[in-house]
Amino acid sequence: MYTKKKVVAMLLAGGQGSRLYALTKNVAKPAVPYGGKYRLIDFPLSNCTNSGIDTVGVLTQYQPLVLNDYIGNGQPWDLDKMNGGVHVLPPYESQAGASWYEGTANAIYQNMNFIRRYDPEYVVVLGGDHIYKMDYSKMVDFHIANEADCTISVINVPKAEASRFGIMICDENNQVTDFVEKPKEPKSTLASMGIYVFSWKKLEKYLIENENDANAKRERGEKWSKDFGKDIITSMLRDKQRLFAYEFEGYWKDVGTLDSLWEANMDLLGKDRSLDIHDKSWRIYSRSSYMPPQYIGNNAKVENSMIAEGSVVDGSVDYSVLFAGVTIEEGATVNYSIIMPGTIVKSGAVIEYAIVGSDCVIENNVCIGKRPEQIGENRDDWGIAAIGHNVTISAGSVVEPSELVGENI
Amino acid sequence: MSSVNYNVLGLIFASMHDGALPELTKHRTMGSIPFGGRYRLIDFPLSNFVNSGISEVGVITKANYGSLMDHLGSGRDWDLARKKGGLHLLPPYSQTGGIYEGRLDALGNIWSYVEHSKAQYVILSNCDVVTTIDFNPVLRQHKQTNADITLIYSKGNYDGDINTNTTILQFDDENVINDVLVAPKIKGECNQWLEMLIISRDLLKKIVFDADSRNKVSFTREILQNKDCGYKIMGYEHKELFMRIDSAISYHAANMMLLNAETRNALFKYKTPVYTKVGDNPPVKYGIEANIKNSLIADGCIIEGTVENSVLFRGVKVGKGTVIKNSVIMQGAVIGQNCTISSLITDKNVEIRDDQIMNGSETYPIFINKNGNI
Repeated sequence: MYTKKKVVAMLLAGGQGSRLYALTKNVAKPAVPYGGKYRLIDFPLSNCTNSGIDTVGVLTQYQPLVLNDYIGNGQPWDLDKMNGGVHVLPPYESQAGASWYEGTANAIYQNMNFIRRYDPEYVVVLGGDHIYKMDYSKMVDFHIANEADCTISVINVPKAEASRFGIMICDENNQVTDFVEKPKEPKSTLASMGIYVFSWKKLEKYLIENENDANAKRERGEKWSKDFGKDIITSMLRDKQRLFAYEFEGYWKDVGTLDSLWEANMDLLGKDRSLDIHDKSWRIYSRSSYMPPQYIGNNAKVENSMIAEGSVVDGSVDYSVLFAGVTIEEGATVNYSIIMPGTIVKSGAVIEYAIVGSDCVIENNVCIGKRPEQIGENRDDWGIAAIGHNVTISAGSVVEPSELVGENI
Repeated sequence: MSSVNYNVLGLIFASMHDGALPELTKHRTMGSIPFGGRYRLIDFPLSNFVNSGISEVGVITKANYGSLMDHLGSGRDWDLARKKGGLHLLPPYSQTGGIYEGRLDALGNIWSYVEHSKAQYVILSNCDVVTTIDFNPVLRQHKQTNADITLIYSKGNYDGDINTNTTILQFDDENVINDVLVAPKIKGECNQWLEMLIISRDLLKKIVFDADSRNKVSFTREILQNKDCGYKIMGYEHKELFMRIDSAISYHAANMMLLNAETRNALFKYKTPVYTKVGDNPPVKYGIEANIKNSLIADGCIIEGTVENSVLFRGVKVGKGTVIKNSVIMQGAVIGQNCTISSLITDKNVEIRDDQIMNGSETYPIFINKNGNI
């Protein structure tokens, strides 16, 4: 017996995040740490709770252990509910056989029975790798007001960057007339944020259609795909369904690359606080670490930084984000860097413009990364240095800018 | 954490010695006094029980227990929202409507709760001693020595002129306690009772029922100090750090002690965390002119000034040009710009406007009431 829900959210969290290299070696991208005490998935989960959506399916596939542990029963996000709540939905074996998720649309297709239990009017489809605060209930209201079949959240991007995104072309009433994935010559600057509201009956129909079409193509040896942007949206447009673009204004960051992950953390330190995580009316929830408050020592110099509980800092930290339980010893320097949970940075080490994964040991006098101005003429070689999780960097080692280290050195 | 031990019931007296800290217990019990940046005193005994595998815990309240109820909720943050056992808040009223005076009549009032437990042993704890202890070795010793009652104590320096609540224990050659002195006027290293004891449930029942019929209320006076009671009372020496909170000065000093790595390492061990209510605060943000030395700072703070030798609780804001030294600033304080503050204890949600100067001294810290506005 399940109570009917107006809205069910489906969160696509199976992404590998291969461009985050060593940082996603053992964890799915939505479990990547961000902002001192969060993981990426805290943003969509907190948005759901704050938007009054209390039924969320989380579709996992790649390296789900950390993510499953982290989500648990959903209590930190108030999603431990008798009716609804958060449900982790891994691929499963049925009488028809076992099957991995073969694309975003197929992942939802395989879990249609989960959605049907709640008999919803609307289904919100979300990704797990963006940082933003958004009231999904307003988007659902917009969807209803427009009598839409599908509403796609869009954000205005600079023209120069538009070719990196899926671009929506709309008429004056925000109705979508065309959709182009990563166009070479963009006709619009409205980029899809990968957030959709569907009228469930319509989505159900198109998911089944796409599944059958794609399977038929596969049998014929043709190219096939089971993807939201590429297949579902395109088919709905072809059939002249009512698709609308919901323009979002505010902070939105895709953290698909090391550079953008670094930038997104630095954005928390800037003067332009467009992402205010101190806002009590729209809290971002996370699973707590039960550590004591942070201790800043007698030799410490801490400025322009964000530091989480359990950290012990006796060195110099400037323009950096330190996660829970990080140790910065006396005489160590961390500038413009991100240090993930449990990592120890020993005396004499200098870390600049770098991302260091969790539970690493950075031994004495290690040098990681450089300031761009230290590089000299050839700035193209410069980039963020990155160390994976559980890596030990032995004393005196040097990690150059742009270098990626996934194993002990 | 060890596996679950259903054989022990934990009982916490949330209000014992409330009178020692009138400023801080005006609105709350001893157990709900904020401590160490993100904790309440009751978090320590609760976590000690949980980390010892004891998952059936009753909290005996007295007056002003609203803040305590708010803090504990269902017990979920201590993993004590359980079907078997779990956390129970035990209000102070007896069948006749009166509020208890001592441990014995408090236990009499709540006995039906204890009666329902299947546990063979009961551990009693107060909230005014901060320490981290595993109760399993205590239980083992209690059984091995065939003691009727085992009191947990530590050796430590004692000064009868300063320590007001301390109970001192003396032993005979067989290590049996032969004298119990409450706040004696002596000085030097003494065996100090940590306000924790273990007893079998059957014996406790006998004592409580007997006390009820004879109108006795004080466990210390009637049992521990009564040499004719005939019980074998032993001591268990706890060899780790403890801090007794029995005055505004010792409260301030105990918070300051957390600035020592040794103290923090003794209390906050990786495998036995101290659990507390989760606040969902973001990490601390330090501004461009922040200058922090030797301080303990909890999540949710935004600091743009100078903070030295201080403990800042969750969500404290410190403005530019402000200097805070040797102070304990509780949750939610908003301190303006260019203030000079030293040896201050502010209760929750205090607001201090720009350009204020407030200097207390270590022997007499200034105390500012909850919601105070300066």
